[in-house]
Amino acid sequence: MGALAHLLDFAGWERAQVESLLETARMMEEVLERPMKKVPALKGFTLATVFFEPSTRTKISFELAARRMSADVVGFSAAGSSLAKGESFKDTLLTLQAMALDAYVIRSPVAGMAHQAARWLKGAVVNAGDGRRAHPTQALLDAYTLLDDLKTLEGKKVAIVGDVANSRVARSNAELLPLLGAEVWAAGPAGLLPERLPGARLTTDLDEALADADAVMVLRLQRERMDEGALPSLREYVAGYQVTAARLARARPGAPLLHPGPMNRDVELEGVLADGPASRVERQVRAGEAVRMAVLYHLLVGRAA
Amino acid sequence: MSLLIKNARLVDGSGELGRGDVLVEEGRIASLEGGDAERVLDAGGRWLAPALTDPHVHLRTPGQEVKEDLASGLAAAARGGYGTIVAMPNTEPVIEEPEQVRALREEAAGLAGARLLVAAALTRGQEGRRLTAAALLRRAGAVLLTDDGRTNEDAGVLARGLVYAAAAGLAVAVHAEDAGLRGSGVMNDGPLAAELGLAGNPPEAEAARIARDLEVLRYAARKSAALGHSPRLYVQHVSTARGARLIAAARAEGLPVTGEATPHHLTLTEEAWRGFDPRFKVAPPLRSAGDVEALIGSLERGDLSAVGSDHAPHTAAEKERDLESAPFGIPSLEVAFPLLYTELVEKRGLPLRVLLERMTGGPRAALGLEPARLAVGEPADLMIFDPGERRTVDPARFVSKARYSPWAGRELAGWPLLTLVGGREVWRDPALA
Repeated sequence: MGALAHLLDFAGWERAQVESLLETARMMEEVLERPMKKVPALKGFTLATVFFEPSTRTKISFELAARRMSADVVGFSAAGSSLAKGESFKDTLLTLQAMALDAYVIRSPVAGMAHQAARWLKGAVVNAGDGRRAHPTQALLDAYTLLDDLKTLEGKKVAIVGDVANSRVARSNAELLPLLGAEVWAAGPAGLLPERLPGARLTTDLDEALADADAVMVLRLQRERMDEGALPSLREYVAGYQVTAARLARARPGAPLLHPGPMNRDVELEGVLADGPASRVERQVRAGEAVRMAVLYHLLVGRAA
Repeated sequence: MSLLIKNARLVDGSGELGRGDVLVEEGRIASLEGGDAERVLDAGGRWLAPALTDPHVHLRTPGQEVKEDLASGLAAAARGGYGTIVAMPNTEPVIEEPEQVRALREEAAGLAGARLLVAAALTRGQEGRRLTAAALLRRAGAVLLTDDGRTNEDAGVLARGLVYAAAAGLAVAVHAEDAGLRGSGVMNDGPLAAELGLAGNPPEAEAARIARDLEVLRYAARKSAALGHSPRLYVQHVSTARGARLIAAARAEGLPVTGEATPHHLTLTEEAWRGFDPRFKVAPPLRSAGDVEALIGSLERGDLSAVGSDHAPHTAAEKERDLESAPFGIPSLEVAFPLLYTELVEKRGLPLRVLLERMTGGPRAALGLEPARLAVGEPADLMIFDPGERRTVDPARFVSKARYSPWAGRELAGWPLLTLVGGREVWRDPALA
C-alpha cells in the first residue's frame, strides 16, 4: 500500500500500516520526553484545525502535535464563524484551501463529512471525529495505550461498555483493534447498541463482556439519550451498566481501564476508579499527542516524498 | 401545420404495431399509413410511442424557483419524452386554492414543453387538519389531491379526504411513511446504517403506513359506496417489497388502489451510501437489493402500475451539504426513460410495451385521464426514441436547474429524440435530422 492520502477511517487498512504508524508514535513520544519538545520534521507545512463541532481536548492535542513538529497551525471553529453567517460547509473548506494549507483536521457533527471534505480538498484530511461514524486517532491512541500494558493485542479481549450505538470511538476501535488481533466485545443496554458493529461482538450482558477481559473501555453517556427515548432513566443505566470496582473484578487482574473523555464520574464509571491504579485516562491523553504527531508526519512527509 | 413522420416502428402500451408513417394534422393523429403533409420527418426506423405521463413531479413553483421553475421543468420533461406531467403542491405557498391552479395552468400554456397538470393539497397548508375545497379545485383543473412531502398522520382526516375527493371525482395521493418510525432517518435502516453511523428510516415505516392507509381506503370505500362514489388511493414511491405486496393483496381484493414505482427505487440500492454522497439522499430512502428485485417484479406484474419520477430538484449547493442537513430528493425527468429502458428492458428483458404502459396508461388511469394510444384520432402527444445509440448521463447538459444526478456517468440507451405535444414539437435532439 502506498503513502497515506487521508485518515478518514480504517477501511482498507492493513496490520503493517497500523504497526508502522504506532512505531512512529513511539519515536514521537520520545520527543515529548525531552526538555526541548520540538523537532523540525514538519517545518514549512501548514495545518488547519477545522472544527464544525465544539471540542477542546482533541483540538488542543492536534495543535500541539503539529507545533511540536514545527508546523504552522491555524484554527477554525464553527461558532462565530462564516458558517454562522450562512456560508456552506463546502465554501468554508474551499476558502481555507485557497490559503495554501497542507492538511486539514476536521471534526464534524455528521457521519461522512470528512469523506465529503476529502473529495473537495487537495490537501490531506484527518478525520477528528465525524458524527457517530469514526474517530480514528482516538482508536490509534487507545491501541497505543493498550499495547503499553499488554505488549500485544493478539488474542486479547477488549470490552467496550456504554452508548455504543452513538459512539464513533466504539466504531473506530471495533475497526482497528481486530486488525491487531484483538477480540472486541461491545456491551450496553438494548437501546444503545447498534444493529451491527463490524469487528465486535454485541451483548446486553455486561458481565459476559467483562469476564476475563484484558482491557475495558468505558464510553461517555450523554443525557440527550433519555430525551430521545433510547434509555428510560439514568438510574436504570447506572444499575445495569455503570462500570464499578465490583464489576471490574470480573476482568483479568490489572486490566487497564480506558475512557475517551470527557468523563461523567459516577454515571458510566464509578468515580473512584477514574483515579485508581487501573485508570489510563491521563496516559491516553499523552498517547494522543504522540499518535497525532505520527499521523501528521505520515500524511505530510509521506505525501511530499 | 401538418407533419408526416415516416419510417417509424410503432409501439404503445398495448404492444408493437409494426412499421408506420404517422400523419399529424391539427394536433391529432390523422393516419398511421402516411399521407400528404407540409413537413416530413424521417424517423429512420426508430421507435415512435405515445409521449409519457409523469404523475409525480416537483416543479417548485411558486416559491422555490431557484430549484426549478415552470419553464425549466416543462422543458426538462419534454426532453425526457414526457408529454404530460403533474406538479406537486408542496410549494411556497402551498397550492390549495382554485385560483392558484388556474394561474399555474395559464402560465404553463404559454411555455414550450410538456403539458402541465396540477395537483392540489388535500389539506390546508398540507398540515393534515382541514380539507381543501375538492370540488372547486377540480373545477379549476386540479387532477389530484395530495399532501405529498408531508405524511398524513391523522387517519380520520385522510378517510374524510378520500370520501370528499371521491365525490369530486379526484384521486388522493399519499406519501406513506409512519412519521414516528421514520424518525430522523436519512437512509434505509438496517445493518448498513448502523455501520455508517447514520440514522435509519426502516422499511417497516412504509409498510406500516401502507397497511393503515389500505384500511382507511376500505372504510372510505364503504362510506362512498352508499353515495355511488368510489374513492381512489394512489400510493406514491413504493420503495419496499413489503409495501408492494400489501398493495398487490389489496388490489386482488378489489380495493381501488394504485402503487407507484420510481426510477431511483427501481435502479439504486442503499449501498450507494458507502460513498457518503447526499445526491443519493431521498425519501423514502434507497433500500436493499432484495427490495429492488421485488419492485421490478411488481412493476412487471402490474401490482405497481405506474412509474412516477418524483423528480425532486434542489440546488447543487443544497445537495453538497452534510448528509443530515442536505434535503431529500433526486431529479430524474431527463433520464427516467432511458434509465428504465436500459436497466429494465435492455438488461432484464422487461417487455417494452410493459414499460410504456407503466409510463403512460398506468398513471393516466390512476389520474382518471384518457389512455394514451397510437390510433387515428388520438392527440398527437408522441415521442421518438433510439434504442441503438448509447450516451453517457451528463448532468451539466440538463435543462432542469438541478444539474447533478446519481446516475451521472452511466451509459444509457433509449434517449428520447423528439417529443410532440398536440402535434407541436417541444423537444428535438440534433441527432434527429
